[in-house]
Amino acid sequence: MKSEKTINGMILKILSGDRRMAARLITLVEDEAEENHEAMKQIYPYTGKAAIIGITGSAGSGKSCLIDHLIRKFRQQGKTVGVVVVDPSSPFSGGAFLGDRIRLQSHSSDDGVYIRSMASRGYLGGLARATHDVIRIIEAMGRDIVIVETLGAGQDEIDVIHIAQTCVLVTTPGMGDEIQALKAGLMEIADIIVLNKADLDGANTCIKNLQASLSVTSFKEGEWVPQVILTVAVASKPEDIQGIDELVAGILKHQEYLHTSSAIERVRFERVEQELGLIFKDELQKIIFKGLKGTGKKKKYIKSILEGKGDPYSVVEEILSSCLITGGEKRNGKTG
Amino acid sequence: MDKERKIKILITKVGLDGHDRGAKVVSSLFKEAGMEVIYLGMYQTPEAIIKAAVDEDVDVIGVSYLSGEHLIFTPKIVEEMKKNNLDDVLLIAGGTFPVEDIPVMKEMGIDEVFGAGSLTEPIIQYIHEHVREKR
Repeated sequence: MKSEKTINGMILKILSGDRRMAARLITLVEDEAEENHEAMKQIYPYTGKAAIIGITGSAGSGKSCLIDHLIRKFRQQGKTVGVVVVDPSSPFSGGAFLGDRIRLQSHSSDDGVYIRSMASRGYLGGLARATHDVIRIIEAMGRDIVIVETLGAGQDEIDVIHIAQTCVLVTTPGMGDEIQALKAGLMEIADIIVLNKADLDGANTCIKNLQASLSVTSFKEGEWVPQVILTVAVASKPEDIQGIDELVAGILKHQEYLHTSSAIERVRFERVEQELGLIFKDELQKIIFKGLKGTGKKKKYIKSILEGKGDPYSVVEEILSSCLITGGEKRNGKTG
Repeated sequence: MDKERKIKILITKVGLDGHDRGAKVVSSLFKEAGMEVIYLGMYQTPEAIIKAAVDEDVDVIGVSYLSGEHLIFTPKIVEEMKKNNLDDVLLIAGGTFPVEDIPVMKEMGIDEVFGAGSLTEPIIQYIHEHVREKR
């Protein structure tokens, strides 16, 4: 799997829609394998065309069940769909229980749907570190729409805004009053706010709170004003399921707004900006820790901080200034 | 920065068997052992299981049997695996079945069988030892 030739073959297969190869490359990217940089370099030109929809909200709000409906609707429109679902990793064992796929089973015989579960692997922000690359790989498979589900997000897991073009925030009755809806963070990033489980008590109050908070938010002329949509994603009788068509219409309307107002350019710019920042940070850290490896310096630095002889800021400045001078040689053309 | 490849394991049940406690218990154990568990739950078809295994690029498929369907579904799962060239994926089974069926299941293509009363350590150790040899 190491040579450039095998990577070439792999990429060609992915471009033809081969899910096995795409799945394999996603694993390599998740594991930060040596060959992932080369593979991503080759994949990149074939990406950037899909509509990317982010679904976020707290645990148990119904994100996966709504996605199940969305997939069905998009498939009925003849669009191919890729889905990335993120669940948290254990901070203790590093393991994970990925249980989103269980809600997405009605598409298990449809080749037009590719679903991938990801563990967050300690990455903060509601996604996994590799999510950017994984979406690029799914785009390269030729999928028209990519849906990204964050892990159960609270108030500040807002990284999805850097990837998704349309952000859907799912909330449920009883999640707090108007003050909660006015807070910064997650509430602000939504292009569409879905009040799911709208058949539960308190839905009316909740919708009033959401609308009240939107009414005191200022929007510039021509700017997108978040829509509030009521849904019932799960019901014992199919006719009691509500709001799915409205949600699909809302998403399509927002996509149309992005393209007609050219706001899509800004969204795409921010996506690449975030990608660049992440790769820079990772690579820089790798180079620096590689330079320190085996020298015993890292331990010495930590000890000096503990003994009160230094502080982390001075240490980082010192290491950075020495590393950046010799960094070019240390790197020596090798990645990883 | 990642040192070791994470082991990914798909845990599932097949057919109309509605007893998922065992599957949930082992899923928890695997999570605690540092593995990433993709939990598919009950009422799966062999086709759906293998499609999920392909999409998720798992190292191991773990099937939990409890209602006497193990000899019916095992060959179907193995056949689907062959069809999709999943020859580098470990197939293990757990649950309750007659002891004399274990060699039959292995003959059909299951790599290892862990019946009721199996200790957790040997299961985890088995996976660690055999996962890399296959891949």
